[in-house]
Formats: sequence, C-alpha cells, structure tokens
Amino acid sequence: MFWVDVKRIMRSGLISFKRNGVVSIASVLITTITLSVIASLIFLQAILNFALIEIRDKVDITIYFTSTATETTILDLKASIEKLPEVEGVEYVSEESALARFKENHQNDYITLQALEEIGDNPLGASLNVKAKETSQYETVVKFLEGDSAAAKTASASIDKINYYQNKAVIDRLSVLASGAERLGYIISFVMIVISIMITFTTIRLAIFIAREEIGIMRLVGAGNRYIRGPFMMEGIIYGILASFITMLIFWPFTYWMGTHLADFFGMNLFTYYTSNFFQIFAIVIVSGIVIGAISSWIAISRYLRK
Amino acid sequence: MIYFNNVSKIYPKESPALEDINLTISAGEFVSLVGHSGAGKTTLIKLILAEEHPTKGNVFFESTDIHKLSAKELTKLRRRIGVVFQDFKLLPNKTAYENIAFAMEASGKTDEEIKSDVPHVLDLVDLGDKIFNFPHQLSGGERQRLAIARAIINQPELIIADEPTGNLDPINTYEVVQILKKINDLGTTIILTTHNRGVIESVGRRVVSLDKGRVVRDDKDGKYVI
Repeated sequence: MFWVDVKRIMRSGLISFKRNGVVSIASVLITTITLSVIASLIFLQAILNFALIEIRDKVDITIYFTSTATETTILDLKASIEKLPEVEGVEYVSEESALARFKENHQNDYITLQALEEIGDNPLGASLNVKAKETSQYETVVKFLEGDSAAAKTASASIDKINYYQNKAVIDRLSVLASGAERLGYIISFVMIVISIMITFTTIRLAIFIAREEIGIMRLVGAGNRYIRGPFMMEGIIYGILASFITMLIFWPFTYWMGTHLADFFGMNLFTYYTSNFFQIFAIVIVSGIVIGAISSWIAISRYLRK
Repeated sequence: MIYFNNVSKIYPKESPALEDINLTISAGEFVSLVGHSGAGKTTLIKLILAEEHPTKGNVFFESTDIHKLSAKELTKLRRRIGVVFQDFKLLPNKTAYENIAFAMEASGKTDEEIKSDVPHVLDLVDLGDKIFNFPHQLSGGERQRLAIARAIINQPELIIADEPTGNLDPINTYEVVQILKKINDLGTTIILTTHNRGVIESVGRRVVSLDKGRVVRDDKDGKYVI
C-alpha cells in the first residue's frame, strides 16, 4: 500500500505541476533566484578565502643579521626556529643572494645601483624569513628569539634587528581585518540565504493558497493528511530540482565571463573553480533546492490541515 | 444511524444557529431538511461532517460520538459518508475521471478497482462520454451528476446532499432527484437539504422543518409547509 501511495503521490504531483502552468513556472524561477544566491555565496566565499590566504601569505617577519654573523650560527638558529610548532617555514637569504635580490629590485634605479657600486663592499647582511601558520603566532616566534633558549642566546649577538616591531601594527591590523572579513562574509551569507528562503517560502505559500479550496474538498472526500500533503511536497521538490538545473546552467556562462575578464581582479579564475568543483556545488545547490521546496510546501500546507 | 442529542451550536456574538436539537435518522431513510436561509440546515450538516463542533450536546454516527474522534478516525468516518454540495466542490484541476479516481485512491482502492469502477459509475450518471473533461468544461447539471458519482463511488452508508439542486434548472433538478431516489432505493441513507418546494413534493418522504435553529415540524410523508 505504501508504494502504491508513493507512486500515486508522485504521479499526482507531476500532473498538477504540469497543469498549474504559470504558477509552476513562477515558483521555479523564484526558487532559481534563491539557489543563485546560495551559489553566488559559494563563489564569494571562495574568492574571499583565496584573498585572505594571499594576504596572510604576504605577512612574515625577517631577522636581519650583522655582517659578522657566521653562516653556521644562522643555520643553527634556522633549524631551531623550524622546530617551533607555530612555524610553517623558514627561508635563508645569504648575503650574496640578498645583494642579487636588491640589484634585481632596483635594476632601473641607476642612482641606487651607482651608490652601491661606490661602496664596493656588500653592505647587506644575511637574513631569515620566517613564516608562521597564523598571523597571530608571530608574537610567539619573536618571544622565542628574545628568550633564554640556548640557540637564541648564541645567536642574539649576531642579530642586527627583527622587523617584527615595525610590522607589528600592520600584522595586527591585517589579522583583525582578515577575521573581520571572514565573519562579515558569514553574516552576509546567512542573511541573504534567510531572505531568499523567505521569498521562496512565500511564493510556494501563495501557490498553495490558490489550492486551499481543493484541500478542503480532498478532506471531505476522505483523503488522509499524508495523502493530501504528498502531491504538494512533490511539486515543491520538482521546483527545487528544476531550479537547481537552471541555476547551474546560468552559472556556466556567467563564471566563464568572470573567469576570462575578471580573473586578475579576483586573483583567481572562477570558471576553473566552477568546473573543478562542479559536483560539490551542484550537490549543495540541488540538496538546498529540494529541502527548501519540500519544507516550504510542508509548512505552507500545514495551515490547511489543522482541525 | 445519526442521533442528535440536545445539540446546540452558538456562534460567537450571534444568535444561536441551532438550539436543543433532538433528531434521529435511521438507516435507509430519505430525510429532507427544509427551512429558510439561516434556519440552521447547513450548520446541522457541518456538525455531521465534523466541520463544526457543537457548543452543547453530542452527535452520534451509530454508536460513536463524531466530535470525539481523532483526525485519523475522522478521515475513516468521512469515507463512509458521501457528500454533494450546491457548488459541486469538484477538484478544478482534475478531469471527471480523476475526480472520482481521487476519492477511490484516498480510501485505498487498488488501481484495478479504479480502472473498472470509474467508467462504470460515470455511465451510471450519464457522463460516459465526458470522462476526460475538466469540471469547467461541463454544464451545471453535468457537474452535479459528477459530484453525485463521486459521492457514491465508495458505496457510502450515508449520502448528504446540501442544496444539490440550488444551481440547476428544473430538468436537471428532476434528474438529480431521480438519481438520489434510486440510490436510496438501493439502501443508502440520504439527508437532503433544500428550499425547493418541487423537490420536496417529488421526493415525498420524511420532511424535517427547521426555523430559527429549532425543529418545528417532523412529518412522515411531509409537504413543504414553511
């Protein structure tokens, strides 16, 4: 009996979807807007995450050594910094490569290069670039360098300066900014999703409102609540499935255009992101569509099934 | 079969719609309820269908108090009652066939039963050639015959017809009354409300007259008096 009911409910839902014509199309389009908002937010989160990773990647601290510092002291310190759990990586820049980099950065700046030639000697010292896993962890790294550990003590004489204190304000602000942007992203996503779900819910409620008299008749004829509710939920699910296909279709040319024209602006190619995460995005969109459609119908029809 | 026991129904801020109704309707009877608009006919019927609850008293269907049933039991009870209304109450988005099939599906009939019974009952009310028409493609008389076909398809014990001829011309009215009489002859109890004198006289069975919410007359083979 259960399967007979399921079959009848599905058939009846399909038939009334077809016969409701304009109302069905309107509901599908509104659901499409909701799902497009959800999909856009997936892309927005991706862009935001990518930008935050980029910014965090640019933050590091540099330990400058005096020109008298020996390479072994530096490499010893490097090894002990690398052992810290907060540290992601340490890059050693020798005196020679520091000079080479300086020259490369100023290759069009003849005055500076001339001044450098006049000095004759290499004025640049070696340095270590330390990259922490989180921007907030640089404090710990600096504490370690100023601390009492054996490696830090032997090296302290050869350390010229640590640029952490110059950068501290910037680093602090960036980490506040980064976590703020992340939180803002979540809040906006949440608000947008709630608003669009409410719009969809209202549309489906209107569609069911049109059929309220039918619901009364079905009850009089002796149909149980489950049997009345089923076809309407089926219609809601159809709205969700169709809308998710339309959404994915819309985002194909849309992300393609964004990918070719705005890749530099976003720092990432959205089309590549779309194609490489197609199935995850599709799964999120279609599941959201089905859930929104089914639950909206369920709630909307419950009003007429009380008594 | 139906017992009203001291039933009153008072709508808030209005005069009572029904007052102290004591009424017994036995199985197999054909009862006509007559009275002016607002006399309480429709309220009485809504009480039997549990669309309204009495303010006082009880309404019994056989030995069960209708208003103490759960939603599920009520659904089962409704399947034992066929209803016909003045405004037909057909499902507008379903064809004649589907309207009747829906009532059968709702009461759990198999696909085979539906396939064989629906065309049969449509033939019975002379709609055999309109199986796939939607209600808006049928005339008033045809719609009412479709509604009757739907009411009898599950072989109910009781048929309630609330002003079934209110929207029909004399010829269609006559046809509907003849169909109801035939159904009654086959053993189904019928409650009919009307204020059409011709209908009462052509039925010629028990007549219960209501006025201002009270039963004022109850005649065995009554005439239209009010």
